[in-house]
Amino acid sequence: MTITINGSDYPVPLDSRVSLLDMLRERLGLTGTKLGCNQGACGACTVLLDGERVLSCLTLAAQAEGRDVLTIEGLQGADGSLHPLQKAFIEHDGLQCGYCTPGQICSAIAMARELRRGDPSHVTANLAAGPEGPTREEIRERMSGNLCRCGAHNGIVEAIEEMLGGEPA
Amino acid sequence: MTPLAFHVARDRAEALSLGAANGARLIGGGTNLVDLLRQNVESASDLVDVSRLAANIQEVDNGALLVGASMKNSALAAHPMVRGRYPMLSRALLAGASAQIRNMATVGGNIMQRTRCPYFYDVDGARCNKRQPDSGCDAMGGFNRYHAILGGSNACVATHPSDMCVALAALAALVHLAGPEGERTVPLAEFHVLPGANPQVETVLRNGEMITAIELPPATPAMTNSEYRKVRDRSSYAFALVSVAAGLEVVEGKIAEARIALGGVAAKPWRATRAEAALRGLPATRANFLAAAEEELTKAQPLEGNAFKVGLARRTIAAVLESLAGERA
Repeated sequence: MTITINGSDYPVPLDSRVSLLDMLRERLGLTGTKLGCNQGACGACTVLLDGERVLSCLTLAAQAEGRDVLTIEGLQGADGSLHPLQKAFIEHDGLQCGYCTPGQICSAIAMARELRRGDPSHVTANLAAGPEGPTREEIRERMSGNLCRCGAHNGIVEAIEEMLGGEPA
Repeated sequence: MTPLAFHVARDRAEALSLGAANGARLIGGGTNLVDLLRQNVESASDLVDVSRLAANIQEVDNGALLVGASMKNSALAAHPMVRGRYPMLSRALLAGASAQIRNMATVGGNIMQRTRCPYFYDVDGARCNKRQPDSGCDAMGGFNRYHAILGGSNACVATHPSDMCVALAALAALVHLAGPEGERTVPLAEFHVLPGANPQVETVLRNGEMITAIELPPATPAMTNSEYRKVRDRSSYAFALVSVAAGLEVVEGKIAEARIALGGVAAKPWRATRAEAALRGLPATRANFLAAAEEELTKAQPLEGNAFKVGLARRTIAAVLESLAGERA
């Protein structure tokens, strides 16, 4: 009865009401993942569950039993170096207060994988063929589950564009 | 949230036996239920996790598709057979919620989700007949921009929030159920019920029953030449004011088959059978599309805050059908 978080196994909390978010922040001290609305409206709590982005506030920790969780703390290199997307966020001023940033970054990393896989989005013109590429319109639609109340969205999109542009196709 | 026990169902039999206990609730992705429990709108003594049950698509001999109830919304939307044969379903799913929520939410859970009427959620501050029968409805004289224009009652004007279900209604999908008395299927369009005097009753699901699969009928040309258009207050990550799932087959200029369902207008996904019937055999023109939409909406009963939905629904139906007729021509 464990959950793998950033490569280490932790027991599932005995109280079944504990959300994955509360487990991360309150029990494990992994406070990089943020508590925003706690009702699935803001995306600040986004983490990767078996590689796919989910909201940790609406996930009960018990639902993640036997699964693999990656949080913002798990993104840095072994030497403590920043993930390329973290560097791009700094470079492009993709934040002001920074509260939504860990969620934005986790979300964007999973989004890159969805794009590579050819998953369509609401704005994909040709459903059967899939997305034409990481256009601004595609990025904005795919990132709509992550709100930024400072209004740093332009910088966020630019940082993501840089990451996607630098990736091998 | 009150203390509860959590069980993971390893198969359907286990889900049914654990789910039969008093106070037990099935949980799929939990994107709605966890919130409802936290707000004390709902309560449960036991949660039975059914998210690890059937989550694939099986093609049946006649060409129908059986979609496991635990399949994630994102996986269903991206599935090549759904994108190719039932584009309105992929489009509806992709218009719903956010990428994170679509990754969590299951097909069965999407169908079972509850209204987002703000008064339904406001346990301490508002009256709601759905939450507490016979207590009154604060939406009636309150903020009702998002509420029903069709099929409402004096007791309740809440809408069903699903996008997916609107496409499923237009596709005449079947809901497969299993329960203590065996298995049965119910058309999706008849699965949710109108509020009448008992808005706390939302579906025909019986005690101890669970959704096991959705059956998509073999694709017809009108299912494949199909679209979903959602009108909302912001361009992404918002519930529908009005949405239209529609499919059209035009043969030699005349409408052979029209499939239309509306979202955001009623307590259930609203299959526009009157409009569909009115269109059969007619030339595929904008005037005919508007007249058929008008026909469907003659019984609309808008509230103070949502009278705009009648015209919005009429124009959106016509616009979607026009676009489908154009693509065919």
